[in-house]
Amino acid sequence: MRRFISGNDAFAEGVRLARPHVISAYPITPQTTVVEALSSMVEDGRLQAEYLHVESEHSALSAAMGASATGARTFTATSSQGLLYMAECLTYVAGGRFPVVMMNANRALALPWNIYGDQRDSLALLDHGWIQLYVQDNQEALDAALMAFAIAEDSRVSLPFMVNLDGFALTHTYEPVDVPDQAAADEFLPPYVTANKFDFDHPVSLGYSAGPEFNRYYAHAHHRDMVAAESVIDEVEERFAARFGRRYPGLVEAYRCDDAETVLVTLGSIAGLVRDVVDELRAEGRPVGLLRIRYMRPFPAAAIAEALRGASAVGVLEKDISYGAEGTVFTNVLSALARRGSVPPVRDFIGGLGGDDITREQIRDAFAELERAAAGEQYVDPVMFLGGAA
Amino acid sequence: MSVNARTMSDDELFYGHKACPGCGGALVVRQALKVLGKDAVAALPAGCMSATGFNFPQLAFANNAMITPFAATASVLSGIEAGLRAQGIKPDGCTVVGFAGDGGTADIGLQALSGAIDRNDDVLYFCYDNEAYMNTGIQRSSETPFGASTTTTPAGPSHPGCVTGKKDLFAMVAAQGIPYAATASIGYPNDLLKKVEKARDIRGTRFIHVMAPCPVGWGFPSSDTIALGKGIVDCGLWYLAEYEDGRFTLNRDPGRFASVADHLRSQSRYRALTDADIVTIEAHRDQVWQRLRQRCSCESS
Ligand SMILES: Cc1ncc(C[n+]2csc(CCOP(=O)(O)OP(=O)(O)O)c2C)c(N)n1
Ligand code: SF4
Ligand SMILES: [Mg+2]
Repeated sequence: MRRFISGNDAFAEGVRLARPHVISAYPITPQTTVVEALSSMVEDGRLQAEYLHVESEHSALSAAMGASATGARTFTATSSQGLLYMAECLTYVAGGRFPVVMMNANRALALPWNIYGDQRDSLALLDHGWIQLYVQDNQEALDAALMAFAIAEDSRVSLPFMVNLDGFALTHTYEPVDVPDQAAADEFLPPYVTANKFDFDHPVSLGYSAGPEFNRYYAHAHHRDMVAAESVIDEVEERFAARFGRRYPGLVEAYRCDDAETVLVTLGSIAGLVRDVVDELRAEGRPVGLLRIRYMRPFPAAAIAEALRGASAVGVLEKDISYGAEGTVFTNVLSALARRGSVPPVRDFIGGLGGDDITREQIRDAFAELERAAAGEQYVDPVMFLGGAA
Repeated sequence: MSVNARTMSDDELFYGHKACPGCGGALVVRQALKVLGKDAVAALPAGCMSATGFNFPQLAFANNAMITPFAATASVLSGIEAGLRAQGIKPDGCTVVGFAGDGGTADIGLQALSGAIDRNDDVLYFCYDNEAYMNTGIQRSSETPFGASTTTTPAGPSHPGCVTGKKDLFAMVAAQGIPYAATASIGYPNDLLKKVEKARDIRGTRFIHVMAPCPVGWGFPSSDTIALGKGIVDCGLWYLAEYEDGRFTLNRDPGRFASVADHLRSQSRYRALTDADIVTIEAHRDQVWQRLRQRCSCESS
């Protein structure tokens, strides 16, 4: 059924179709409407789940972990300070290999206090062992909700999954969205089956401690399975396309990159505007491209290097900054290029902080900057704040 | 059928752990699980019991059990209970049970505990109280009593030790209208076992605050744990009570207290107390008991 709904509503529909057993969440703008929507679904019986009214995000995620340890399909949602408040529990859930699915509404971090969208929250927690997906529109949000459970719960993966939606730009913006019917969703998403749960016939300890002599085995298995998630993502997207007719491009989406001389790499909803600008510039005869990273973890280093193979200058456009260094996406992209063995001139465009607009003009300027870099113009600092410095 | 020290099960569900000899906390976990049985699902936060019970490959629980973040005992319990119920797989007689230290309960875990009581989730929460953060090396908690020297309230020229008193968790959980709350001590095992059995059979949130002496942190020989657990009740520095259906009951009113000085002097954590400090402690004890007696109807004396 086609409906005109917000990103949060679309995500809530996806979660409903996934039939979680337990939802445990605490409200924070701009995530609130997703938990409100799920609460009404539980209230009117459209969704049969236990909804836990926890008193904080720390409890939201730790309760989700407890539920997941019983073999329950489990969902939570948060944003910004709430995500940071969960930070401790993120590593418990990931290390315990509990495939909890979370929606994070990307939002700035205090101080200065700010409720609007940027990606500093999730990017600050990139190393906490979760799969991280950044979606571009509301349809992708709904579809990601369904696919997230399939990927996270796959026994080759068994890792928690964070789906990131840009605060307001997606969470509160309305778009036409195709909402699948329950029968199709049930066919696509099998029940969660796992050995990583309490067992009353053969009781187990879960989430114990492992000293120096064993710790690396757990760390290595975690890393190995995160890497293995790459092929599971492809498989699940293939199955999704077969069932619903919508095909997703895997861990990255390369747009007009094949013969591009300059490429802008970005995440999330801003990719839509960059795509428009790419088309404009292409119409002017300028060979530019867009690389949208969908998954920051597992990090698609090889796919990024491959997509940027022909580029003579690469820019990253990102809504975050690791103070005193550079944007986190930039660091990761440079690592992908360095692994390949050659790094072209690069620029890091920091924009959209605290909900600041990233304009069409700024994106055009960014491409112009990349063209100058490709032509050999020197620069002192590759990190540039869009709209100018303080 | 009522469980007591003679009739309790020989089945061990918590053994092979690394707790120190004479550990009071380990006795709480062991005895409680004997009453709750093998279908109990246990959650333990950071603290001595998880640090000594969950060392892969030396895993000490014979029932289902898991570690939780330090602050998250109660919320993990809520999640476990919800998960079992939502899937319809909770066995009859399965108790979802937490064992957290005084720090994990009265300090960092208080918010999650309050949340669980607020929702009246069907979980049983034990606070084993050894009156300090023992696992990290005997630092002060809000359950450390006045005068106890800890590594963060060291006895010195200005203070004999901790200058604050014990946070009244029992009153706090009762104020939320919890279905069942009790205090107990491992020095009075029959009272403890009876309370565990009662709590097991009540639905909704239950809370039992158990005094659990720690030879290492308190400074007494490991053979004296039970004696200390009894002595602290007999001298009135701890008490055995229940809160049920909105009513407080004092299970044991010693009438005349045993000597506080003798009790305190048997522990090196009180080494710096002066006689005047002991008089202060006695006066405070008397105030606490006045309040307790007002609050409680006496079961026995
Ligand atoms: C968030 C967090 N803060 C601090 C710690 C360090 N820590 C681990 S156990 C502990 C003390 C536990 O004290 P208590 O709850 O009284 O249990 P006990 O060790 O006395 O049994 C502390 C401070 C931690 N693990 N996690
Ligand atoms: S330090 Fe105390 S509480 Fe901790 S294991 Fe040893 S005796 Fe038990
Ligand atoms: Mg303690």
